Amino acid sequence: MSFDSFGEFLAMGGHGFYVWWSYLLTLVVVGFILVWPLWRRRRFLTEQRGRLQRADALGNRAEVESHAPEA
Amino acid sequence: MTPSAGSDPSLWVLFRGQLRRDLKLAFGQPSELANPLAFFVVVITLFPLGVSPEPGVLAGMAPGVLWIAALLATLLGLEALFRRDRDDGTLEQMVLRAQPLYLPVVARMLAHWMVTGAPLTLLAPLLGGMLNLAPEARLPLMLGLALGTPVLVLLGGVGAALTVGLRTGGVLLALLVLPLFVPVLILGVSAAELASSGLDPTGPLLWLAAGASFAITTVPFAIAAALRIGVETG
Amino acid sequence: MKYIPDALRRLWHRMGSPRWFYETTGPWVPWLAAAAALLIGVGTVWGLAYAPPDYLQGDSFRIIYIHVPAAYLAQAGYILMAICGVVLLVWRMKLADMVMATVAPIGAAFTFLALATGSIWGKPTWGTYWIWDARITSVLILLFLYLGIMGLRRAIERPEAAGRACAILAIVGVINIPIIKYSVDWWMTLHQPATFSVTSAPAMPAIMWVPLLLNVLGFNLLFAVSVIQGTRTEVLIRERRTRWVTDLCRGEQA
Repeated sequence: MSFDSFGEFLAMGGHGFYVWWSYLLTLVVVGFILVWPLWRRRRFLTEQRGRLQRADALGNRAEVESHAPEA
Repeated sequence: MTPSAGSDPSLWVLFRGQLRRDLKLAFGQPSELANPLAFFVVVITLFPLGVSPEPGVLAGMAPGVLWIAALLATLLGLEALFRRDRDDGTLEQMVLRAQPLYLPVVARMLAHWMVTGAPLTLLAPLLGGMLNLAPEARLPLMLGLALGTPVLVLLGGVGAALTVGLRTGGVLLALLVLPLFVPVLILGVSAAELASSGLDPTGPLLWLAAGASFAITTVPFAIAAALRIGVETG
Repeated sequence: MKYIPDALRRLWHRMGSPRWFYETTGPWVPWLAAAAALLIGVGTVWGLAYAPPDYLQGDSFRIIYIHVPAAYLAQAGYILMAICGVVLLVWRMKLADMVMATVAPIGAAFTFLALATGSIWGKPTWGTYWIWDARITSVLILLFLYLGIMGLRRAIERPEAAGRACAILAIVGVINIPIIKYSVDWWMTLHQPATFSVTSAPAMPAIMWVPLLLNVLGFNLLFAVSVIQGTRTEVLIRERRTRWVTDLCRGEQA
């Protein structure tokens, strides 16, 4: 252990402001890169489900466009 | 392509024809020819007004100012580089023709350099004199511009080819190519600065020459590939 | 191609199928995430609390445990994009384009993080938040390169054209990165002969560099988790018209 007390740990030898800001920023960026793909996925699934439901309700397959894979 | 494609006289004819056509088009519109030059001069005029007219201050920043103005002036003409060809269908013909795209691209870039980079290079010592650039730095500045502006035009050509069909072309083009211009800027400015402080500028000039030969041999392939995208996936 | 083992060749062919990627990598994610959390947890706690302070910089040096992994991933991400670009242009593999599209914002986020932590670290070290140090300048230019690629992809409407355009830009950029780096380093030697070296890595004792190693490995796994998840999402979006994706949407609906 490099520090004697929790207070000293927070103070970081007078550099606490810089150290904790860096780590906080890291937390934000890491949170972003982890949440962003999941958020995008959820948004896509919601949209696509809505589109499929509408298509089913209308009995109209044209709205889902083609089932064939994109060229 | 046959192995003798490089010595095929028809390719050379094609190259000369393309170059002549491009130059004729450029000289047919003198305003387009003069605009980048006028821009270059105007930007340089802003620095004594905006920073300081004092000869000592100007002399210190002259290489950097001249180079940055040259960078921006090069950027100015890029957007229109392939636009007309795309609009009138020439580009499509160029891409779909059996001959390799390399030579017409080199011809187009050479023509563009002859109407932007080359006049900038010739004008630079005059403007350098107005900015109180040390006389011994004039030749390294010119050599640097002569070697560096082809690289700028070529790298800019990649950006122009990638953004040719886009509505938001201008700003995006600047974002794409300006970071790639950095090494040329550093080397070119260093050559002039070394010379103005009485040191030997050969090092950065040789690096610029190496960069220019590397760019001329490789970058046209990237431009050709970028031009193909629009036509083939369109 | 004759000397490549059959198993590898089969893997290569399968990777042509985005569906295969989606279905295979799904189960990996929790394990990778757990390993990343473990490595980063141990590395960070060790680095923050147990590593001794640097004799010159005191406790501010502890920023190294996030700055170095971020700076490393910033560059690795761009190189990964360029590799994907080559694969896309040469083999026309759609999956490579999906990975490339995913890596761009993630790599840009790490580049931003490297810049921000470097700048915060600069305040106690150099007395100012921003200094035109060679390394910081190169990373800033790297950020511009990332923004350029992201801007180009957004500007081109057809995904296929966007992918190939970004591939070309990434390849031109990756050739330029070392040139930019060396020219900026050289520029610094002209303007500031004696710069303060931030990382005194060779002189570091094990108690200081082991947590750094743990964090670099952990952040690598974190990057992998994010890229895999992002690519899986991208697969769904681009293949939304195929039967298996519609079935998947209907299935999760129930």
